[in-house]
Amino acid sequence: MTELLIKNGFVFDPINGINGEKMDIAIKNGKIVEKINVRKAKIIDASGLTVMPGGVDIHTHIAGGEVNTGRMVRPEDHVKDVVRKTALTRGGTGYSIPSTFVTGYRYSKMGYTTVMNPSMAPLEAKHTHEELNDIPMLDKATYPLMGDWWFVLEYLRKGDLEECARHVAWMLDITKGYAIKIVNPGGLESWGFGRNVHSIDDQVPNFCITPREIMCGLARVNSMLNLPHSIHLHTNNLGLPGNYQTTLETMKALESVPYKGRPVAHITHLQFSSFGGDGWGNFKSAAEEIASYINAHSHMTFDMGQVIFTDTTTMTADGPFEYTLYQLSGHKWVNSDVETETSGGIIPFHYKKNNAVNAIQWSLGLELALLIKDPWKMFMTTDHPNGGPFFAYPKILAWLSSKKARTATLEKCHKKAQRKSLLPSIDRELSLYELAVVTRAGQAKALGLENKGHLGVGADADVAIFNINPEKLDIAQKYKTARKAFGNAAYTIKDGQIVVKDGEVVEQVSGRTMWLDVKTAEPCRIDEEMKSKFRQYWTIDYENYPVSDHYVKVKDPITVKASV
Amino acid sequence: MITLTPIKKFTYPVNAECINPDVFQGKTKTDIANLTLFEGNQQKKLSDLFKIEQDKTESPSITINGDVSEVRKIGMGMKNGEIVINGNVGMHLGEKMAGGKITVNGNTAQWTGGGMKKGLIEIHGDAGDYLASPYRGSTEGMKGGKIIVDGNVGSDSGCYLRGGFIKIKGSNTGQFLGFHMSEGTIHVEKNAGTRLGANMIGGKIVVSGVIEEMMPSFSIDGVKPKVKIDDTETAAGPFYVFLGDLAEKGKGKIFVSKANNPNLRAYEKYL
Repeated sequence: MTELLIKNGFVFDPINGINGEKMDIAIKNGKIVEKINVRKAKIIDASGLTVMPGGVDIHTHIAGGEVNTGRMVRPEDHVKDVVRKTALTRGGTGYSIPSTFVTGYRYSKMGYTTVMNPSMAPLEAKHTHEELNDIPMLDKATYPLMGDWWFVLEYLRKGDLEECARHVAWMLDITKGYAIKIVNPGGLESWGFGRNVHSIDDQVPNFCITPREIMCGLARVNSMLNLPHSIHLHTNNLGLPGNYQTTLETMKALESVPYKGRPVAHITHLQFSSFGGDGWGNFKSAAEEIASYINAHSHMTFDMGQVIFTDTTTMTADGPFEYTLYQLSGHKWVNSDVETETSGGIIPFHYKKNNAVNAIQWSLGLELALLIKDPWKMFMTTDHPNGGPFFAYPKILAWLSSKKARTATLEKCHKKAQRKSLLPSIDRELSLYELAVVTRAGQAKALGLENKGHLGVGADADVAIFNINPEKLDIAQKYKTARKAFGNAAYTIKDGQIVVKDGEVVEQVSGRTMWLDVKTAEPCRIDEEMKSKFRQYWTIDYENYPVSDHYVKVKDPITVKASV
Repeated sequence: MITLTPIKKFTYPVNAECINPDVFQGKTKTDIANLTLFEGNQQKKLSDLFKIEQDKTESPSITINGDVSEVRKIGMGMKNGEIVINGNVGMHLGEKMAGGKITVNGNTAQWTGGGMKKGLIEIHGDAGDYLASPYRGSTEGMKGGKIIVDGNVGSDSGCYLRGGFIKIKGSNTGQFLGFHMSEGTIHVEKNAGTRLGANMIGGKIVVSGVIEEMMPSFSIDGVKPKVKIDDTETAAGPFYVFLGDLAEKGKGKIFVSKANNPNLRAYEKYL
C-alpha cells in the first residue's frame, strides 16, 4: 500500500489535544504512523488547509427494513434527485432516502468515513447487512433493537441480569450488532396492542415491567458486558409537547446505574425529546431545563437531531409516534410492524420556516447544542432522515459556528418562533476545534472506537481535509465559504487511500462492517423453551435466525471481554 | 421561422429535447442541422432525421409537417416562441413548459404539458393519457398555463393539478380526471369518465355533460345557476355542487350539469 504524507496542514485532533497546529501526518498501510520514508511517499500539500480526522456519525438511518420501506413509499423523493453514473461511480436516486451507493458517495464528499446505522429489527438483520455491504466508502456498524425484545424483558422481570447479559451478548453476535438500541422502551410492545406507554413508570402489557426497569436493567447489562458504546436510547413520549419532563425523569433514573467513568447512556436526537408546553398551540422549547440538567451531570452523552427546513421522510421504530405524526399531517403513512420484535412507521414530512412548530424545533436543536457547554457531550446529527437529510450537515456546522448564519435563518422564520427563540440571547460560536469534537472526536469517543476520530499513531488513516485556512478565514463571518468547504472536502482519505478530491469521488472503496464479538465466561443459555418460542411466535426458526459471517462482505469484528 | 419535415417514418423512439424555440433562437440553419438527438440508442444529428427549411421571417417559431408520433420531448421546458405540429406527436410534448404556445393539428400522446408552468397548448385532436400530469412517482403537477383539447382525453389527466386551466371539448374523458388535484380548473364541455376528481383536495372540475358516476366520497353542497370558469367565461347551468374528496378531507368542488344528469336527482334529498 502506498505511503502518504499530509504536509503543513492546520491539524485539529481533539482527542490528542491538537488545536490547529501546523503539522505533518504520516500514513502507512492504512494506519497513522510516526514517520515514513518521505522520498517514496506521495505528498499532499495541505498548507492553508484544515486537517481533521475522518467524520463519524453516531446515528443515521441508512439501511434496513424501514429505510427500504421508506424508499418504496416515496417515489416523488427519487424523481427529484437523480444521480447519474460516471466512469467511476454508480448512479442512484433519492433525496431524503438515497440509494446505498449515493449514500456512501455523499458522506465521503463531506469528509465522513464512519457511520452508525441505528435501529435494526433483529429479524431484519440479514437485510440490513446486505444493504450495509452495498454502501461504499464508509466503515459501518448497526445497533439491534433490544428494548422490547421478549427474552430481554423476561430476564429483566425475573431480575436475572447475568443471564440477560449473556443473552444480549449472543444477540449482538447473531445479528452482527454494535450496541444496544432502545426505542421508546415498552412502547413498541404496547403498540402491538394499539397502545403506548406514557411515562417511564407505566406497565408494559403482558410483561409486568416498566420502561424505567428496561432502561436501567439494560444499562447495567451494558456495563457488565464492557461494551464500547453505552445503551443508545430513544426516549419515551418522543415528539410530544411537554415530553422534556419524561426526558428529565429518564436521565434521573439512569443516575442509579453505577458510573464507572464511561457514560451509561446515549440519548439520541435530543431535540425531539425536549419539547415544552402542553399542546401544539403553546408548543415551546425546553432547551434551558434540559441543558441545565446536562451541564450539571456527566453520566450521559447526546446527539442533536437537528431539523432542516426541507422535504424529508421520517422513519423510526417508534410506531406510536409515527401514528401521532400521521394524525397531525394527514400525509401517507406506513406502519411497518416486524412480528413480535418492533413496530415502525414512515411518514413524509416537510419542515417549513413559516410553520411555528417546525421553526421552534429548528431553534430548539441549536439552542440545545449551544447551551450544553461541553461539546464532548452533544454531537451533531439530523437523525437522518428524520430531521433532514445528512448532506445538510454543512448548514448545521454554519449555524453552530456563526451567529450571523443563525440570525439570517431565524429572520425568515415564523414570527412566533422568532419571539420564543433563545438564539438571539446566545452568543456562543463553536470554533473549528469544537466542530471537530461534535462531528468526529466526541462521537468516536462515545462509541468507544479506539482507532477512529483521531490522528494519533496507530489510528486508522481516515482523514478529512477541508479548504479552510483558520488563519485567514473567520468562519463566524464567512459562514457561506465555510459551509461550502465542509460540503466539498478538499481530500477525504479512507484507510490511507485518497477517495475524494475537491468534492469529487476519485476512488471507490468498500468500507468495513464492524460488530462486537463479546466473550462471556459462560455461553448464553439456549434451551428447548427458547427454541419453541421461536417456533411458535416467529416466522423464522431459531436455527435459521443468526446472521452468519458470510453475510458480511468486509468483516471487522471487535472482540470485547465481558465481566460475566 | 423553421420548418421541419421528417425524412422517414420513425421505427424507434426519438428523444428530441432540442426541438425547442429557445434552442433554435439565434442559430443559423447549419447550427440547427448539427443539433444532436437520440434515435433509439443512437446519437444522430437533427438533419439526419428531418428536412430543415428556414424561412426569412425572424420569428422564434417552429413548424413540423408530418407524423412525429415517435418523437418525444418536443418543446420540453420552452419559455418563448411557438411550435405548430401538423400531424400526430409523441410523448412529453411541452413538458414543464414555462411560456409560449404549442398548436397540434393532430393527436398527442402521453404526458402532454406535464408539470407546465405557463403558456398555452392547443390540441385540435385527441390527447393521450396523463395530459398535464406529472411523470409516475412525481407529485409536481401542472402549475399554470392553459391547455385546450378539441377532442377526447385519455385517463389520469390533470393529476396533481396545482393551478392553470384545462378545457376538454371532446365527447368523453378517461378515468381519474383531476386525480389528487389541489388547485386550478378543469372544464369538461361534454361527458366525463369514472373516478372523476378522486383524492382531490382543492380546485374545481366543471362537467357540462353527463358524468359516468359520482364517487361516493363526495357530498352534495347545493345547486348553482352558473359557474365562473375563468375571467372571461361562464358556464351556464344549473349545476349540482359536490364537495370532496372526503376521504382526503378535501375541499375540492365538482360542478355537474343538473339537466344532463337526472340520475343524480337522488342527492337532492340531502340538501
